[in-house]
Amino acid sequence: MPVRPTAARPRLTALLALAVAAGALTACGGSGSDPDTVKVSFKQSTDNSVHVMDAYLADVKRQFEKKYPGKKVDLVPIKAPDSEYYTKLQQMLRSPKTAPDLVYEDTFLINSDITSGYLKPLDGYLAKWPDWRKFIPTAKTAARAEDGRTYGVPDGTDTRGLWYDKALFAKAGLPAEWHPKTWEDVLDAARTVKEKVPGVTPLNVYTGKPAGEAATMQSFEMLLYGTGDGRADPLYDTASKKWIAGSQGFKDALTFVETVYREKLGPDVATALDPNIQTIVRGDLLPKGKLAIDLDGSWLPQDWQAGAGHAWPQWSTRLGLAAMPTQRGQAPGRVSMSGGWTWAIPAKAHNPDLAFDFITTLQSRANARKWYIANSGIAVREDVAADPAYVKAQPGIAFFTDLVASTHYRPAYPAYPRVSTAIQEAMEGVTTGDLSVAKAASGYDDALKDATGNQVVRR
Amino acid sequence: MNGGARRLRSLGRALPLSPAVVLLLLFLAGPIGYCAFIAFTDLQLTGQAHASFVGLANFRRAFGDEEFLNAVWLTLVFTVVSSLLGQNTLGLALAALMRRASKPVRTLTGGVVITAWVLPEVVAGFLLYAFFRREGTLNALLDQLHLPSQNWLFTLPILAVSFANVWRGTAFSMLVYSAALNEIPGEIEEAAEVDGARGRRLWWHITLPMIRRSIGTNLMLNTLQTLSVFGLIWVMTRGGPGGRSQTLPLFMYEQAFQNSMIGYGTAVALLLLVVGSLFSLVYLRLLRTEV
Repeated sequence: MPVRPTAARPRLTALLALAVAAGALTACGGSGSDPDTVKVSFKQSTDNSVHVMDAYLADVKRQFEKKYPGKKVDLVPIKAPDSEYYTKLQQMLRSPKTAPDLVYEDTFLINSDITSGYLKPLDGYLAKWPDWRKFIPTAKTAARAEDGRTYGVPDGTDTRGLWYDKALFAKAGLPAEWHPKTWEDVLDAARTVKEKVPGVTPLNVYTGKPAGEAATMQSFEMLLYGTGDGRADPLYDTASKKWIAGSQGFKDALTFVETVYREKLGPDVATALDPNIQTIVRGDLLPKGKLAIDLDGSWLPQDWQAGAGHAWPQWSTRLGLAAMPTQRGQAPGRVSMSGGWTWAIPAKAHNPDLAFDFITTLQSRANARKWYIANSGIAVREDVAADPAYVKAQPGIAFFTDLVASTHYRPAYPAYPRVSTAIQEAMEGVTTGDLSVAKAASGYDDALKDATGNQVVRR
Repeated sequence: MNGGARRLRSLGRALPLSPAVVLLLLFLAGPIGYCAFIAFTDLQLTGQAHASFVGLANFRRAFGDEEFLNAVWLTLVFTVVSSLLGQNTLGLALAALMRRASKPVRTLTGGVVITAWVLPEVVAGFLLYAFFRREGTLNALLDQLHLPSQNWLFTLPILAVSFANVWRGTAFSMLVYSAALNEIPGEIEEAAEVDGARGRRLWWHITLPMIRRSIGTNLMLNTLQTLSVFGLIWVMTRGGPGGRSQTLPLFMYEQAFQNSMIGYGTAVALLLLVVGSLFSLVYLRLLRTEV
């Protein structure tokens, strides 16, 4: 049958031509970008009653459109929990059709996205921006990549510590001014609350995969970085550029988590592993006096300000603040972790210049101050940090700004997100009681080897 | 008629099909082919400038990965419990009972069951999350009956999500079986009854064989639908606690989008496709055998 193949060929070419045409048409359809509009993607709170970010951006948008007549700002909120926000963002950054002009990036992932080539170096812009000199030197490194270039402008940082309910402490016979010196002091206070004030949760320590990075950073690393001599990084060995496996500090931190849940000092395990645990703690447990101690971040009051949904102005008299102690009280005696978010310009942005103009508007001195106060952020601009209006804006700001001196930054290299997941899995194992500490720790070592391409050193 | 004219005519006949073919190639075959390609690379969502070809590494990795094997097992449990035993049998029972019921009962039951089906997956997920959680409806009912309550999503997560899938998906089977049962000519059943077949025997020897084809089709569609359930489980448990309700689609999502290993996640997706086709093969076999 000589007819078939020859008959098929014109049909096939026709089909191919159609396919190519359709492909080209769809590709053109999406990329019609307006040169006068800057598209800004940011993370919207999953709590419907919290609008801090939305209100702040709407305000800056008005200022920007007034300052640059004819230019427009298109705010594109992404309403998702942290981990899903990153995923969505990375998918958008992959293609010029979906990449916005400006993105809000967590320092936790920025190195990973830089390695992928998703972001644009900003050094050229920063050199011409006088305000950049006002940024605190450590903060300037928040988004500096291994290539020495800077890929994002930080809009503040954060620190972490212990929040405690003074009324519950009084009921339990614990001091109103509480300064735990060791991990054991923290656990003892929780045990006292459990015994003397039944019906409340003594101590919240985020744990497991549902809490995501909050479990890793607010809990585990706050413990881990308080082990050892307090100088060397217990997660990543900078000298050999390898990740640390099999350390005693890791097992001790896991033991702390295990103790909290085995002795029922924490929320009941099912609640602790609820994906909405952070909203439950901030919106329900703390304001309703159902939680005695919470190991958490400096930003909590942003949900409690007037107009923020769970308005709770009494928090400053009701809650006390204590620094998280090191394991045995060894120097420097306290520990904190820092992170924060930055504004970055995607490599595939259509209007990068306009996007940078928007960053400078966002981070003008007046706007930066407004933002730190609104979101309970810790200032990264020296002029704002020294501003009495900022220092006095909120009880606790002085406390958390002071912690910056003894804070640690995560080794936010490309493997970090998977290392973080491995930590959460180990935590979840000991929280549910499925795994012993030894088993969970060795599971972490295996996962670590896998996540880092065997760039592991035993310590 | 010469060859040229015939060729022209067959081309003319194929022309109306071409938009459909192009769409299928573009949006179905294209992505699937691209997926199959990515499954053999180490492509990542972030943290990597260039991907490279890694051969079968992703598949080898999957079979050595305890979590993957756990997900395969849970997927089988979920499919057998919620689709084969749950949706399928319950749908058939409902359809059979409704045939005998009065019109108002029929309308009411049908309405309730179909409402569950029409609800978006995520909404159904939230409803059942509220039903099973510690302060939920189920525990309130158990308390009334003085039975011990517990957090079902925590103690029996895979059964809780299976039940949720039965609740949501039974309507489809019910509709398929209602149609099939209505197709059975009344005379055949009457004749069987005259011959002395009653109740279970009538059901077993006459009714079931007559709707055999519908059973096969329904099982196949149900199974394929159940294998790909994601939103329902994601909303109710996120695969937890401790991976105890992490079926393959959730495992795939975690690897691809949370650990950003797109290559590995895609390989898992292909393996899920294999599981689906194995089930389909079994059902096709069932359909072919004559009674």
